[in-house]
Amino acid sequence: MVSYSELPNPAHNTGDAPTQLEIKLRRKARINSALRYTVLAVIGLIMVYPLIWLVGASFKTNSEMFSSPGFWPSEPTVQGYIDGWKTSTPYTFGHFFLNSLWIIIPKTIGTAISCTLVAYGFARFEFPGKNILFATVIATLLLPNVVTRIPQYLLFRDIGWLDSFLPLWVPSAMAGDAFFVFMVIQFLRAIPRDMEEAARVDGATTLQTLIFIVVPMLMPALISVCLFQFMWTMNDFLGPLIYISSVEKYPVSLALKLSIDTTEAFAWNQILAMSVLALTPSLVVFFMAQKYFIEGISTGGVKG
Amino acid sequence: MGGDSKYLGLWYVSPYIIGLLLFTAFPFLASFYLSFTDYDLLSTPEWVGMKNYEKLFTRDRTFDKSLKVTLIYVFTTVPLKLVFALFIAVVLNYRLKAINLFRTAYYVPSILGGSIAIAVLWRYIFADTGLVNMGLALFGVEPINWFGDPNTALFTITLLRCWQFGSAMVIFLAALQSVDKSLYEAAAIDGAGQWQIFRYITLPLITPVIFFNLIMQTVQAFQEFNGPYIITEGGPLKSTYLLPLYIYDEAFKSFDMGYASAIAWVLFVIIMVLTLIAFWSSKKWVYYAGDKRS
Repeated sequence: MVSYSELPNPAHNTGDAPTQLEIKLRRKARINSALRYTVLAVIGLIMVYPLIWLVGASFKTNSEMFSSPGFWPSEPTVQGYIDGWKTSTPYTFGHFFLNSLWIIIPKTIGTAISCTLVAYGFARFEFPGKNILFATVIATLLLPNVVTRIPQYLLFRDIGWLDSFLPLWVPSAMAGDAFFVFMVIQFLRAIPRDMEEAARVDGATTLQTLIFIVVPMLMPALISVCLFQFMWTMNDFLGPLIYISSVEKYPVSLALKLSIDTTEAFAWNQILAMSVLALTPSLVVFFMAQKYFIEGISTGGVKG
Repeated sequence: MGGDSKYLGLWYVSPYIIGLLLFTAFPFLASFYLSFTDYDLLSTPEWVGMKNYEKLFTRDRTFDKSLKVTLIYVFTTVPLKLVFALFIAVVLNYRLKAINLFRTAYYVPSILGGSIAIAVLWRYIFADTGLVNMGLALFGVEPINWFGDPNTALFTITLLRCWQFGSAMVIFLAALQSVDKSLYEAAAIDGAGQWQIFRYITLPLITPVIFFNLIMQTVQAFQEFNGPYIITEGGPLKSTYLLPLYIYDEAFKSFDMGYASAIAWVLFVIIMVLTLIAFWSSKKWVYYAGDKRS
């Protein structure tokens, strides 16, 4: 909504004493911003409190967990972390973190490279069928995955990729995440072509132009792509649930679900402690690079 | 770029074309075919014509229930989330010194919300003696059996997704900030109140992003899986048994791939029809200024 402080100052001559109207408007603006701060702070606190409680509760004993809504543990203990880390499987939680990492890194690199190539093709070249192909990018953006999931599973079964990370890597490495393709295309379209044209005049091939001129300029968009892909893959549950069957290959998300199923009855603090650890990588990455997240969603629009 | 072969661009987009054909187009058509078959993964798919659809619409009580809760879920979650996101964006869109701090704090749940860890947390905070009931007790409210009552279980998932309003909010905020300030000045000078300015100037100007958020959030809400799978496990009395959960169980627990494909196609058609209605109606309410968005 409009703010009164944004309106032109009626007293052009700064030497004048403030008029009655001006005093009234200023007071109104002050009340307005005080009101906004209050609303924002209260809602913000309610929203963030579950997370604060989660961290506090992970240091509580099981008996204290459900006794008060406060987050501060009366007798802090790291027993939840120690027991949770061991898990009920032959592997430690560290093993599952490495699995997650091993899914994320190739997938993210594949996404960044394929999106760059494809976005360059769409944004800088004319070719037969381009409009139809671009329409499929938009259509895929809206296409519910649920309708392609079963045949995808059958396809990966027939080529023997089940219980491996390939079904999680390969579609993304073929620019399969339409959202990222779209985001990079939008970003590239907004970049002037002058430098690329100069490089081409000087005899650079299109591939050289892409690598040495376009990619450096695309960096902010590519960083956003990598960050979102990191976060979404870290959170992904259904993909591993369908494709990964041996516990040895479980990522963190499946390992957490397994720990609820096996330890539910009494070891709450173990599960909460491992939940805190599972959230930590995403939180750290977000706070290190929040600027790219906000820019990423503002330019491309995002799910989440 | 002049001089290059007109097929050069195709080389660059070739990964996308291959991926599109293999992982999207082929599976899309295959699932349509499978929906007319009986297929248990062991034998070959057997053509059964309309049998799957006939069973879905006439004899399958679970499907009726699942479809009903899915529609309730989508039509409560999406509007609640969007209204809340827009409200916060409007409150934030003011010369506040701490705007970036608040924007970040509100965005954090969006980053984490899809995580299984948050679904786990939700199980604890809505437990009988969990955080929410303890908080309510401070105000003298009787504890609510959130997961035991079919009327409230679905609402916990709605709340989880509303809690993740941050990404929709950031998109709204970017649109609000791009509204030309001189329009506000002109309206204020003409004596318009804050609500009038919002209703007749701001709101029409941001309809394109409202439309965008509406479509994306709806498509996404129809595919909600993690929440009911982890938090409520579809219960109680299938009151949170959303269609994606039913499809998953039919496909990967009962290995009834044909029937699961038929449910998936019904879900797809519902999403598609609603999307088309939204696009068609957008001509009437979405306002595109010539040079609004760069």
